[in-house]
Amino acid sequence: MSSLSVSPHIHSGRSTTKIMGDVIISLLPATVAGTMIFGWRTLLVVATCIISSVVFEALFNLIVKKDQTISDLSAVVTGLLLALNLSVNIPLWQCAVGSLFAIVIVKCVFGGIGKNLVNPAITARVFMLIAFSTLATPAFPVGTVDATASATPLTADVLPSMFDLFIGKHGGAIGETSVLALIIGGVYLLIRRVISWHIPATFIGVVFIFSLFVEGFNVDTALSLTMSGGLFIGAIFMATDYTTSPPTPLGKIIFGVGCGLLTGVIRYFGTYPDGVSFAILFMNILTPYICNWTKRKVFTKGGKK
Amino acid sequence: MAFHLKGIKTPHRKGTKGVPVVHIDTPKTVTIPMSMHIGKPAVPTVKVGDIVKVGTKIGEAEGFISSPVYSSVSGKVVKLTNYLLANGANTTAVVIESDGEMLADENIVPPVVNSREDLVNAVKNAGIVGLGGAGFPVNVKIDVDPQRIDYVVVNGAECEPYVTSDTATMLNRTDDIKVALNALNKYLGVNKVIIGIEKNNKLAAESMINMASTIKEFSVQVKILPNLYPQGGEKVLVYHTTGRKILEGKLPIDVGCVVLNCTSLAAIGSYLQTGMPLVEKCVTVEGGCVTNPQNVIAPIGTSFKDMFDFCGGLKCEPAKLIYGGPMMGITVENMETPIIKNTNAILALSNKEAKLPKTTACIRCGTCVNTCPFSLSPLDIADAYEKKDADALKELSVMSCMECGCCSFNCPANRPLVQINKLSKKFLNDQAKKEASK
Repeated sequence: MSSLSVSPHIHSGRSTTKIMGDVIISLLPATVAGTMIFGWRTLLVVATCIISSVVFEALFNLIVKKDQTISDLSAVVTGLLLALNLSVNIPLWQCAVGSLFAIVIVKCVFGGIGKNLVNPAITARVFMLIAFSTLATPAFPVGTVDATASATPLTADVLPSMFDLFIGKHGGAIGETSVLALIIGGVYLLIRRVISWHIPATFIGVVFIFSLFVEGFNVDTALSLTMSGGLFIGAIFMATDYTTSPPTPLGKIIFGVGCGLLTGVIRYFGTYPDGVSFAILFMNILTPYICNWTKRKVFTKGGKK
Repeated sequence: MAFHLKGIKTPHRKGTKGVPVVHIDTPKTVTIPMSMHIGKPAVPTVKVGDIVKVGTKIGEAEGFISSPVYSSVSGKVVKLTNYLLANGANTTAVVIESDGEMLADENIVPPVVNSREDLVNAVKNAGIVGLGGAGFPVNVKIDVDPQRIDYVVVNGAECEPYVTSDTATMLNRTDDIKVALNALNKYLGVNKVIIGIEKNNKLAAESMINMASTIKEFSVQVKILPNLYPQGGEKVLVYHTTGRKILEGKLPIDVGCVVLNCTSLAAIGSYLQTGMPLVEKCVTVEGGCVTNPQNVIAPIGTSFKDMFDFCGGLKCEPAKLIYGGPMMGITVENMETPIIKNTNAILALSNKEAKLPKTTACIRCGTCVNTCPFSLSPLDIADAYEKKDADALKELSVMSCMECGCCSFNCPANRPLVQINKLSKKFLNDQAKKEASK
């Protein structure tokens, strides 16, 4: 017996699970780089964040009697992203608390995937930054003694070499230091059409231009500053979160430019060394407004695109 | 083309393209509904026991927007029955038992056409409705002040996956199409014709370009359209061929265009030459369950079962039986369903083809917003419909939705976006009726 249904009767096969799977794949280079730079404890932090995120989501669904959603892999993505934003020597119980905050407070309480107002991993990171001191004392790459390679670039007097910045051999959070690994992941996401270029390009571009102006048009210093801190992981993987960023290209550009400007302002005029997380969080909150400002004109009402 | 509306890449699965078209063996019975068009159903003019031949009128058009119905076989009327249409409405259907002879009605002679009125009447008498799928009576479309017509846009964009019956028309019935275009030029003063065909349909484009090159008296142009679904949508087609925008609630004629499907044109041409009304249809019989997919010319009223049997039967239990293409087609529940005037394809999709992912929560990825040809926001429409917010739905222009399915096709959460849009339209229409009755 054939069944009745409303058209369309075929589907492209895209699914939330596949998209999240792609994001996980795209974060593997950064995870591997983090392990090489900061040692094996990296994997312990990553595992703790992922497992606790998934467990908390499963428990929440069980308690409130919602359909189980962990198979969409979004909790894995949140856990992984959170881990990559933490310092390698963070106590594991803090990882679990961070995951609890990201999954339950930021996501599940608001209705689960697609309903959260702000990015879970970013918000948890900001929460942990304020609640725990570990994040403020960043880890150094294993085996480094030299001061320039061990300090985080944004707090150091002398910047690490451009090459070290690019491959990630300097202090910082686990997954944020290797620009190379992050770009590889970003290119993968672009090829798989999971993200578009608009947010990462404008975000990173604006921070670079901002740095140029502040550093008196010294291109080398501006480039170094652009590759420092959490900019690449934030711009490629966190600011592009579907739920908390605008859907249209114009909206994405406004969002990216806003993130870039705020990052610059916080970096240079704020009390925290890096402003990427705060910038994204702030723009997350503005997203509904940006959506309203950038509604495309409907074709049948005279709009073009 | 420098600029075009958004669309999506769908699978093509047009294996029947260019394969020779075959005539079906005369079916034992045909079931012919009185409503195979938009507008009022026709009124049956036969009773049980009447002897009819191919082309004998069995239903008279009722009112301005309606269309007459003719017998597609020779034989005996055995039943007048209540028939549930695929759209959920009830109508009368005439069941005719075929004598296997397929004798043509003796009264059939080519129509005498000397004026605009003659042409409009001829098209009406031929029972021709929009054969692309909508089924709007064609005589009503062309019964306008000729001064208002700048272009006749011929829909040769066969954008639905699987379907190739229009391509078959463009390959095999160029003479019929030419006769129709000449008549439109002569009696309606049409002197600009644009035929829209997708870039990947080179066979059809070549055929139409050759046909166009033999017409010297007026301009016939073939416009190559992008390989994106849905080029066949009326508003998309008019914009891509003429650059004119049909705004919400407007018709092609409001921007000086008459849109005719290539198969409707061929039907006009055929009637002008022979006087035989629309009694048979070329239908693509396809889908993973069909043993020998092909284009079949069959009498209107032939059942799905007879069509599939003629194509070697079904090799698996179909997950879905569909009138038309898989993007916008309508599912039917049983094999006795007849093909009607505007059926361009019947599909028997296998489980694998018709497999839809599980519906999960919207992740606001924006795919629907970024693929809608009209730049609608299906995700916002869904929110507004959930709140039953009529003002918001109007503001979001849900009435403009052509239900092409681009949004649903790519939705990673497989949200029922088209269904929500349909329900939203119905909700707004019901609201308007309530307002009116106050």
